[in-house]
Amino acid sequence: MSSLDLISIKKSFGAVQILHDVSITLSDGEFLVLVGPSGCGKSTLMNIIAGLEEPSGGMLRLDGQDITHVAPAERNISMVFQSYALYPNMTVAKNIEFPLQMRKVAKEIRTERVRSVAKLLQIEHLMDRKPKQLSGGQRQRVAIGRALAREPKLYLFDEPLSNLDAQLRLDMRTEIKKLHQRLKSTIVYVTHDQIEAMTLATRIAVMKGGVVQQLGAPSEVYNRPANTFVASFMGSPRMNLAKVRVVEQAGVFVIELQNDYRTKVAIELPSKPAGLAAYLGKEVIVGIRAEAISLARDDVAITSMQRTVTARVEVIEPTGADTLIVMDLGGYEFTARLEPEARVTVGADARFLLDLSKLVCFDAETEKLIA
Amino acid sequence: MDNTPSVLLNSTKSSQLTAQLGRFVLYAVLVAAAILFVLPVYVMLVNSLKPLDEIRSGDLMAIPVAWTFEPWLTAWSTAQIGVQPTGLKPYFINSFLLVVPAVIISTLIGALNGYILTQFNMRGASLIFAAMLFSVFIPFQIVLIPMAKTLGFLGLAGTVKGLVFVNVVYGIGFTTLFFRNYYAAFPNELVRSARMDGAGFFGVLFRILLPNSAPIIVVTVIWQFTNIWNEFLFGASFSDYTSFPLTVALNNLVSSSTGVKEYNVHFAGAFIAALPTLVVYMVSGKYFVRGLMAGSVKG
Repeated sequence: MSSLDLISIKKSFGAVQILHDVSITLSDGEFLVLVGPSGCGKSTLMNIIAGLEEPSGGMLRLDGQDITHVAPAERNISMVFQSYALYPNMTVAKNIEFPLQMRKVAKEIRTERVRSVAKLLQIEHLMDRKPKQLSGGQRQRVAIGRALAREPKLYLFDEPLSNLDAQLRLDMRTEIKKLHQRLKSTIVYVTHDQIEAMTLATRIAVMKGGVVQQLGAPSEVYNRPANTFVASFMGSPRMNLAKVRVVEQAGVFVIELQNDYRTKVAIELPSKPAGLAAYLGKEVIVGIRAEAISLARDDVAITSMQRTVTARVEVIEPTGADTLIVMDLGGYEFTARLEPEARVTVGADARFLLDLSKLVCFDAETEKLIA
Repeated sequence: MDNTPSVLLNSTKSSQLTAQLGRFVLYAVLVAAAILFVLPVYVMLVNSLKPLDEIRSGDLMAIPVAWTFEPWLTAWSTAQIGVQPTGLKPYFINSFLLVVPAVIISTLIGALNGYILTQFNMRGASLIFAAMLFSVFIPFQIVLIPMAKTLGFLGLAGTVKGLVFVNVVYGIGFTTLFFRNYYAAFPNELVRSARMDGAGFFGVLFRILLPNSAPIIVVTVIWQFTNIWNEFLFGASFSDYTSFPLTVALNNLVSSSTGVKEYNVHFAGAFIAALPTLVVYMVSGKYFVRGLMAGSVKG
């Protein structure tokens, strides 16, 4: 049972700073996903946790013990690599046994652990094969098995699913989640796939440019993104963002959308968020998720948090489970996620219902969340 | 009757004929080249199995009339090489005592160097490698005098151990080159994974790198074996009558100025000297070619 503390971790290669002051505290049994675009520093951070790279500054604690300068082998951390890194000269059984052998675990215990791990991952029939004779999914299982055999304090997963084909990736994702629920182990998982992050994590750290943009539960990161980068990185389709002017009319806050000299669209806000008061007469960026927009229906009364707008439908993208509509709203393209049967026509106006309880506002300059 | 099929048949026949002709020319050229390369071996072999007067009386290419194994026995055990008529036998043993440790040690050092130069993000690794590579291009003659001084200082002058030392030092450049290039393309994640799994410095080398280095080990061993076995200059410079390697002994046998020149014995002796490298090539030649390609082709 173990906790992990990253305290002001910094890393630079020469003059290039890769990580700026990263601090994350992880309690026992948490599944942390580090997510971000390529080059955001997530893999470097993982290597620092693993001990494969030394931080230029800051401190790491595992279970309260300072491990900043402890060798990777002594940290009691297992890692599953992107390429699986199975030793090609050893059989599956030997691969799983290797970390135990290196730690001079007694032979009987080793055999027992290898057996139980094989059973857990259902790879018992593969034990005498060489990695070359395994499929991608089987290799992945063996790699996870090797990490499990040691019963470490912390597991690291470095983009473990990115070498698998789409269907297998979904299956293994579910398996990893199951495994975590079963073992209740502490896991740090790196990916650039935001859906993997959403589905697996108990907490997500969204990174960009070596800075943690937001650290929080998946729902928090999804619904209340800390800035516009997180808003547009997490979620597919991305969050609709538009620059609007905030004005007060008859004691009500109103946001006005207007881009490219199109007809201005004004939307009354249901409440007066404290954060917005300072922005009256100024511009802010508003964001709303595609699923917070639906088709307005005459037979259903709108609630106090909902507003209707009329917009022209530009594109219809049926995905099967639901249909994505791209509309023009005051010169901005907004995407709505509608039910597959939604009756809309390209080029025609339609009335849409916005759920403003899901509306978020960002500062136009700093792009940080304000309301 | 429609005659199209027969025309078709004719045209395929003629194209088959051209293909066969091309194939015939190809084989003719290859066979001719093969004969050309095998000819010296043939000459050595037939003349080593003839009595001396058959060689004197005529045709080098002729098959022996009176077959004899005598020259081989003479060359092996009774020919005059040093002061004693010992034959090549003790020098053959010297060469083995030289080659086996020299090949093993230089190969291991090469593997170690390759490992260190590629897996540790060492500052100046490429500079050090460039310097070591430079040693590959230094002609033997240049190092003779400094090496003689070194051997004298180490007390190894005139011994087989001294020759082992010289050949190891000279071989490190090559072996490091082979292993560094092989390990530069070695999957980095395997090494990092082994480190996390608890393998130490030598654990990674002996359990992960070396077991997965068969192609480059074969290349290095063959290369070092043939080079050291055939090496003459260091042998001639740094050994004495008790520690001559086979190449030097063969030279003494052939160039000895006393008595009758026994060409058949010389042929037999040269063949004995060439046999081990021939055997090594025949046994592992295909691995050699495979190993040379190993770096360029993805596994």
